[in-house]
Amino acid sequence: MLTILFDGIAYGMLLFVLASGLAVTLGLMNFINLAHGSFAMAGGYVTVILVNRLGVPFFASLPIAFLASAVIGFVFERALYVHVYKKPHLDQVLFSIGLVFMSVAAADYVMGSGQVFVQIPKFLQGQFEIYGIGIGRYRLLIIVICGLLTVALQFILANTRFGSRLRAAVDDSRVARGLGINVNWVFALTFAFGSGLAGLGGALGAEILGLDPTFPLKFMIYFLIVVTVGGTSSITGPFLASLLLGIGDVAGKYYVPTLGSFVIYTIMIVVLIWRPQGLFSRAASR
Amino acid sequence: MAVALETINLVKRFSGIVASNNVSLQIAKGARHALIGPNGAGKTTLINLLTGVQQPTGGRILLDGEDITGLSTHERVRLGIVRTFQINQLFNDLTPLETIGLAVSERRGQGLDWWRIVGSRPDLVAEVVEILERFHLADVIDKRTAVLPYGKQRLLEIALAIACRPRLLLLDEPAAGVPEDERHEILAAVAALPADVTVLLIEHDMDIVFSFADRISVLVNGALFVEGSPEEVARDPRVKAVYLGEEVADA
Amino acid sequence: MLPSPISIRVATEWLSARARWQPLEVAFWIVAFAAIWLFPDRHLILTEIAWLGLFALSLDLILGYAGIISLGHAAFFGLGAYAAALLAKYEIINEPVLALLVAGLAAMALGFVTSFLVLRGSDLTRLMVTLGLALLLRELANRLGWLTGGADGLQGVSIKPVLGMFRFDMFGHTGYAYSLTVLFILFLIARRLVNSPFGLSLLSVKGNPLRASAIGISVDGRLIAIYTIAAGYAGIAGALLAQTTSFASLEVFSFDRSADLLLVLIIGGAGYLYGGLIGAIIFKFMQDYLSALTPQYWPFWIGLVLVVIVLVGRDRITSWTAPFRRIASHLSWRTLARRISAASGERR
Repeated sequence: MLTILFDGIAYGMLLFVLASGLAVTLGLMNFINLAHGSFAMAGGYVTVILVNRLGVPFFASLPIAFLASAVIGFVFERALYVHVYKKPHLDQVLFSIGLVFMSVAAADYVMGSGQVFVQIPKFLQGQFEIYGIGIGRYRLLIIVICGLLTVALQFILANTRFGSRLRAAVDDSRVARGLGINVNWVFALTFAFGSGLAGLGGALGAEILGLDPTFPLKFMIYFLIVVTVGGTSSITGPFLASLLLGIGDVAGKYYVPTLGSFVIYTIMIVVLIWRPQGLFSRAASR
Repeated sequence: MAVALETINLVKRFSGIVASNNVSLQIAKGARHALIGPNGAGKTTLINLLTGVQQPTGGRILLDGEDITGLSTHERVRLGIVRTFQINQLFNDLTPLETIGLAVSERRGQGLDWWRIVGSRPDLVAEVVEILERFHLADVIDKRTAVLPYGKQRLLEIALAIACRPRLLLLDEPAAGVPEDERHEILAAVAALPADVTVLLIEHDMDIVFSFADRISVLVNGALFVEGSPEEVARDPRVKAVYLGEEVADA
Repeated sequence: MLPSPISIRVATEWLSARARWQPLEVAFWIVAFAAIWLFPDRHLILTEIAWLGLFALSLDLILGYAGIISLGHAAFFGLGAYAAALLAKYEIINEPVLALLVAGLAAMALGFVTSFLVLRGSDLTRLMVTLGLALLLRELANRLGWLTGGADGLQGVSIKPVLGMFRFDMFGHTGYAYSLTVLFILFLIARRLVNSPFGLSLLSVKGNPLRASAIGISVDGRLIAIYTIAAGYAGIAGALLAQTTSFASLEVFSFDRSADLLLVLIIGGAGYLYGGLIGAIIFKFMQDYLSALTPQYWPFWIGLVLVVIVLVGRDRITSWTAPFRRIASHLSWRTLARRISAASGERR
């Protein structure tokens, strides 16, 4: 059972890294970006190409995946997303769905429709045992990397100038602009960073989540659950929500396989009815 | 004195801020009652509590002796509590004809008719047209609300409340933002309200308050500060201090 | 002061202007029904347009008239489809029209029970719960394979003749006439609904729910009512799909369905009832054309259309069609009559 817990924590932390960019984008720009998964997919495929086809070492491919997704995110933000910020939510939804469709078809065209796996280094394969708990090596790596990222994120947000600018812009972008904070730049950098994180998550997750062109569609709901249940006003909210979701999904699929994802969807609906602003966020000021 | 509306120890707290602080207010039937106070005193919050837009943290509200604290906004409208908004809250894509028509048909219990075409009851249309003519809106009767000049929109705002045939009318700064030359229409409409309708008026303009009200309550920091007839309130040095104190702080 | 009789008559005319049948509308339906005899070789795609149009009409009721953004409208569509298919397969109800009604009622029941989900919360919350509901149903249908056929879909469904008389055929002749008739009847009901006081109150709830409740309208009540009705319409559309194809699969609940539906309605324009129908026509022909060109990658082009529509601006696109709509509204019966009498007067 503790193995399940371990696996669930690994899954949850991976989800957090994947979804954290979406949480910030939603909280910052009040923009519903359903295409967030596409950036994750991009990072995953970059890693697949680098490691499987070009023989780049796995650990080197991770930062490259981050950068690639960040650059793609930056370009898309400046070129396209910026025009859609002020539009009503329906338009944002339509826009991001359009991007999802395009990215799914493009990935299908470029990479083929089959599921691909990353050739992870030998020492990360398999598992070892501690006190009877099966610890998957790869999953342990995920926990370590994602844990470090979470700490780094929290540090950046709380202790750096960029972090405080970001928090100011999230709280009230009009006032932030009035204070001389270049909100557009903050948006662009944050979006790029969030996309980069998604890409890194995609790269790390390709092995345990499976990577195919329908990735953005399959996992869209998971990211959305993380940000709606966790709220967007902190890092801890989505973090806890991701852990809950990860453990819940793994445990659910193990103990009640006949119901599968059923459990997750039901929990989500119940949570949203009970607390529409999320389990962990403070009441929205908007 | 028959009491139309009474609040008992009404409290509203928002994460640390006390917007309404133990407000116990009594409004007599048929009264012309004004609620004044410096900015941020909690006047609009009180209106929101009275109309059910917000739920109180504590206390009760009684309408003609009946406890209405748990009722929703539209249920209170059915009982006769109607308000206007400080910032126009209108239906931008509907015409004044349709807007007033909605209120009237809702009041008559015909709002759920789904088989009838709008406008197929001449008596309803007659009432709607009469109200619009009364409020000098006959010339814009079929124009989209969004394109109306501000003064006309403000008149529509008040006409809409009147169309609901209120027993208790809550006016939130009816003359706000209206240019000087169009104010008289608004004021005339307010003055022409039937005598059996109880009116609670929130206003900043003291001329309007003193010419209209027969009783004034002063709200400061969410609590009732002073109450009395216009003369009593005008003479009260504490009221002057509150308003003057605010002016000094602004300067 | 009593208003003069002329004012009341004029006011009545203004109020009921929306409800009057315009000549172009009449022409639309005449052409649609004439297609039964005029275009027999296109009946299959026309049948798809018919139920897709009905599905889009149901979304228009909640999106265009009540402002609810739903990403999971396929939940009701799918329930209707499976209900109709199961009723036929296990011969519980053999007459298609009756089965259609029962499927619609089932979808309405689901709509009613889940309507409280869309009452509260922001746009994102509503999006989430509607999406979640559709995915939940899909998952449920997947797991209950013994009932639904699982991932392979429900096989062995045979639909009996409509009203015992009109047998379904391979070419879609019966299918089209049947679907079109169902669509027309439901359209008439919806048209009556949106032009009624109830329909007007929906617009007020969409435009300013705060003020709507402040004039005595129960916002929650209206939303529940229209959501339930729209769910029923979607369920009937799904039942039409199942009955005209004798098949139902998991894909009826898919996110793609709900997303495509949004596109269909947006292309045609939301809020005037014909948007869903026009959008269905355009979408189906576009899909037909694109999937012949690139069978595997046509979602790319659909996605591109969506992105372009949003970037260009939905209101700018509708302003391109504005001249047509202005002509349409000027083309009232009176002007037509005048033109005809002028023309025949000249000839004499």
